[in-house]
Amino acid sequence: MGVEREELLRLEEKARDLRKLIIDTVVWAGSGHVGGALSSIDIITLLYYKYLNIDPTRPDWEDRDRFILSKGHIGVGFAPVLADLGFIDHKLLKTYNHTGSELGMHLDRAKVPGLDASTGSLGHGLPIALGLGLSARLKGQSFKTYCLMGDGECDEGSIWEAAMAIAHYKLTSVIPIVDRNRCMIDGRTNDVMILEPFCDKWRAFGFNVIEVDGHDMPALCEALDTAAEAQDKPIAIIANTKKGCGVEFMADNYRYHYASFDAEKAEACKIDIDKYHDARAAAL
Amino acid sequence: MGGLNYTMIDTAKLSTAELYGKTLTDLAEDHPEIVGLTADLAKSTKIGVLGEKYPDRLFNLGIAEQNLLGTAAGMALNGMVPFVSTFAVFTSMRGLDQVHTDICYQNLNVKMIATHAGLSFGQAGSTHHCTEDLSIMRAMANCKVIAPADGMETAMAVRAAYETPGPVYIRINRGFDQKVYDNPDFGYELGKAVELHEGTDLTIIACGPAVWSAREAANVLERVDGIRARVLDMHTIKPLDAEAVRAAVHDTRRLITAEDHNIVGGLGSAVAEVIAESGKSCAFRRLGVPDTFSIIGLHEDLMAHYGYDMNGILETARDLMGADFEDDDDWDDEI
Ligand SMILES: Cc1ncc(C[n+]2csc(CCOP(=O)(O)OP(=O)(O)O)c2C)c(N)n1
Repeated sequence: MGVEREELLRLEEKARDLRKLIIDTVVWAGSGHVGGALSSIDIITLLYYKYLNIDPTRPDWEDRDRFILSKGHIGVGFAPVLADLGFIDHKLLKTYNHTGSELGMHLDRAKVPGLDASTGSLGHGLPIALGLGLSARLKGQSFKTYCLMGDGECDEGSIWEAAMAIAHYKLTSVIPIVDRNRCMIDGRTNDVMILEPFCDKWRAFGFNVIEVDGHDMPALCEALDTAAEAQDKPIAIIANTKKGCGVEFMADNYRYHYASFDAEKAEACKIDIDKYHDARAAAL
Repeated sequence: MGGLNYTMIDTAKLSTAELYGKTLTDLAEDHPEIVGLTADLAKSTKIGVLGEKYPDRLFNLGIAEQNLLGTAAGMALNGMVPFVSTFAVFTSMRGLDQVHTDICYQNLNVKMIATHAGLSFGQAGSTHHCTEDLSIMRAMANCKVIAPADGMETAMAVRAAYETPGPVYIRINRGFDQKVYDNPDFGYELGKAVELHEGTDLTIIACGPAVWSAREAANVLERVDGIRARVLDMHTIKPLDAEAVRAAVHDTRRLITAEDHNIVGGLGSAVAEVIAESGKSCAFRRLGVPDTFSIIGLHEDLMAHYGYDMNGILETARDLMGADFEDDDDWDDEI
């Protein structure tokens, strides 16, 4: 598929706008998992504005591509996307986390159109993706299931149980993507629980692995294109990212896993985001 | 209970989990066999405090709860006393088979101090709410189950857990609790309810954050309605203080339970079992989360929404006072 320059610029702008909307949403919510939201947003932007075959007017369309947000704590980074696409009312973002709101820290499929699974307990997404993929094959459906995981999340055995089964069933329609930001809550993944050799682990579990810069859109497009064409052997994408990417003081800092800030600080974040995206655009 | 030196100032300054961390660290000083285990939640659960003082005695196993609870079992098999802390929802459900087979079945000396219980992580939604753990853990043979009312009682419970051989599950809340106890001298004993308010008209049996609400409600009932409500802090769900329940049935004939938990399977159910087996009938209401996945919101809002805050208890108590009983000649007979 590749990506034309004009489309790339559009996607880059979308990522910039979404980063800012995430910051606003954190303010409306009072607090949120901002670090992991900002590390994932380029990947999510590409999926939702280029790759996924979806229709916001028909969130329950049976043959749509699926996206399982296995790192479900970044609801604050995903609800803005669903609002921007029209799955949910933009105004709802301002109620985020308020008592009785449809939108809480971890999104609920029963309340949020466009959300393919309720997640938040880590390690659940890939088995769900596996189930979607196996059942799609049985029903003759051709949709793809993308599953976005955290790297800390990959400490969970259930991720590897599902990985083993995806390879066993040669289920190339399921595409695991790991947001490899090297941070979790209590510290850096290397300090809390060593994951390396991470790519080799996925290889040993039966995957071809594409390691890619998770903030480089053309490179990500190439990875997603290749993954979509996998034949006999599934492909896992390991996206090297920065936690808090786009905001200077948060970037690559595990302490910003979860944060709260006021409107003033939010404005400072947005200035950072503009600087960051200007530099990115200039380098294209 | 020797060595407990917490002051009112501590309980005002420290969140419930911080008091747990402090208590554990103090215990660890005297007992080298104590170790701490967590799963990427050292800071959130405050077990991390132990690691600040004894870095080699705190094990962070990454985000892997089954491994966490299994590892604790292994350590207990080798004579250690592991304190395990992650969120209640993950302790009681994400690693439940390990809790069941590795810890409870083998009756191992593992202390599970589970945080963010009930609806205390209200905005996080049902993936992080934990309104099933009392029910689940109560069904684990060998396991003691405790839901302290506040930070002070948590400190007492953690000490009692250390002194009690075998598996113990303590569920505490995120953040600060309303203070029920001003000092440690209230006669805390595992398995024994604490009477916080005397009364003969009705009894409110509560645990966790509902204890404070129950006592507040009793004060209002006395002042405004002239109703004398007995309030029992039933901090130990298992073994339940059945004697206190039977006495409440006998003396007051009207019972309300209040808990930050599904009304199915928790404190209300445990009390109902005792009432049913007592052979005496009484007016009875269970307050808690009405067998639903909760809406999101602030903890106190959710307690109000589901009717187990002070006002909810008050309303139920007034309603229950309307229940009429025929004279029962056999009421004082032993069953
Ligand atoms: C089963 C489970 N255990 C613990 C948690 C608490 N928790 C929420 S986010 C998080 C860290 C996640 O780290 P990672 O997967 O690397 O996500 P990211 O850094 O991309 O935000 C933890 C431990 C959880 N949500 N689920």
